Amino acid sequence: MFAQSASRFLIAAIALMMASVFVAPVQAQVNPTASAVQEQQLLNALQSGGSIEGRISIPDAGAAALIKPAGQEWRAFHQGTMAWTAAVAVLGMLVVVAGFYLLRGRITIDSGWSGMKILRFNSVERFAHWLTATSFIILALTGLNLVFGKTVLLPLFGAEAFAAATQWGKYAHNYLAWPFMLGVALMLVIWIKDNIPNGTDIAWLKAGGGLFSKGVHPPARKFNAGQKVIFWSVILGGAALSVTGVFLLFPELAGSYGNWQLNQIIHGLVSVVLVAIMIGHIYIGSIGMEGAFDAMGSGEVDYNWAKEHHSIWAEEVRAKSGLKSTGAGSAPGVVPAE
Amino acid sequence: MARMKFLCDADRCIECNACVTACKNEHEVPWGINRRRVVTINDGLPGERSISMACMHCTDAPCAAVCPVDCFYTTADAVVLHSKDLCIGCGYCFYACPFGAPQYPKTGNFGSRGKMDKCTYCAGGPDADMTTAEYEKYGANRLAEGKLPLCAEMCSTKALLAGDGEIIAEIYRERVVTRGYGSGAWGWKTAYQETIAI
Repeated sequence: MFAQSASRFLIAAIALMMASVFVAPVQAQVNPTASAVQEQQLLNALQSGGSIEGRISIPDAGAAALIKPAGQEWRAFHQGTMAWTAAVAVLGMLVVVAGFYLLRGRITIDSGWSGMKILRFNSVERFAHWLTATSFIILALTGLNLVFGKTVLLPLFGAEAFAAATQWGKYAHNYLAWPFMLGVALMLVIWIKDNIPNGTDIAWLKAGGGLFSKGVHPPARKFNAGQKVIFWSVILGGAALSVTGVFLLFPELAGSYGNWQLNQIIHGLVSVVLVAIMIGHIYIGSIGMEGAFDAMGSGEVDYNWAKEHHSIWAEEVRAKSGLKSTGAGSAPGVVPAE
Repeated sequence: MARMKFLCDADRCIECNACVTACKNEHEVPWGINRRRVVTINDGLPGERSISMACMHCTDAPCAAVCPVDCFYTTADAVVLHSKDLCIGCGYCFYACPFGAPQYPKTGNFGSRGKMDKCTYCAGGPDADMTTAEYEKYGANRLAEGKLPLCAEMCSTKALLAGDGEIIAEIYRERVVTRGYGSGAWGWKTAYQETIAI
């Protein structure tokens, strides 16, 4: 019994020794660098947007990304897609507006000024609008400066003056972002009830809003379908710009490097689309339509303007205020002479 | 003129981080900013490699292309430098840089980005060479003194090489041929659109 287990132990011990003798030379022959990471292999294995990552001993965890080829993709976007989209959106919209003005001219009040004013936007509504509008215009100009300033303005003013102005532009952009966000939030609260799409909008859109033919005025409530499109563009576009903008200001909130680039891409593209929409909005609210500016200027619009462009709303206001339908030749019910 | 480059021989780098420390000390780089760093790939696994990385002073540098105020310039030695007088701290160069080189002090309003800081290849900036103004903005100008970047000069294993691209490529090629292996000239393909043929 004892002899048997002793011999087993002996055999096992010899086997172990033999094994270590035979294994050791085999291990020595393995090239210690055979499994070394190769840069080319890592680059080949990279997915689009990926980076070669490692471990780092400094506190900045983001610095662990060693090589980020996606930087070149962002550069290509910024120098190509972004510049072209911005140029096409802004200049294209200016051309469209100019063409519309040449073909259609100023949209006048068909039945002439009635001389009667009704309140369209109260002071709170106008405050929300102009808070958003003034900050948006400065945000848009300082933003476009980052895309085109180097090409258009830098040769005119020289490197120092242009850099100083752009620095102030950055401050303005960073600070006015907050009143812009407040304005968008205010407008959402004030006007959402008037901007829910309904059946009237379909008829309005079918009639092209009456934009393209004189004397055509499809019925509309406080906001017609075109204005609802503007409203939701500002709300949704403004929300997208707000979220991405805050992430651009405070990148540590945004997560990884890829997100930083993505935020910038969304911010850039959404903003130029919104700028294009706003060029159309500013045109039709000022020189494009007689009587339209009063709505956001004094807040009071001419009764005939209201009747033509917002017939249902005008009728509601008339009924509420007890405005007589008789009287001036331009009063409700009277068909304007064509 | 020579075309200056960095080359990190990852088969020699022992991740001592002395290059990082030397850089911070030489240029009085503030807390939170690292012009150079050491990244370990496959840490703890067989074949792990450490690479010391800073601005690679790219050919056709992406940072210079996207800068909205055109604050970058390339010296006769092909070193990519920038003017902190022009920089507005927008962060675009960081989005475009394939090496994560641009760093921003949190000195802007409410701790937002201040003016960008990055490796200067120990070549200072646009201010007059070896002046206090240059030192305070960009750090030491060793190139103007006829010296190479300190990180590479004091590298204990001579893993990090700095100098004329052709000469350091030849040194690396000889090493690879002699020892029989090499994990590559890290970053060269991305920065210079070429690598070292062995």
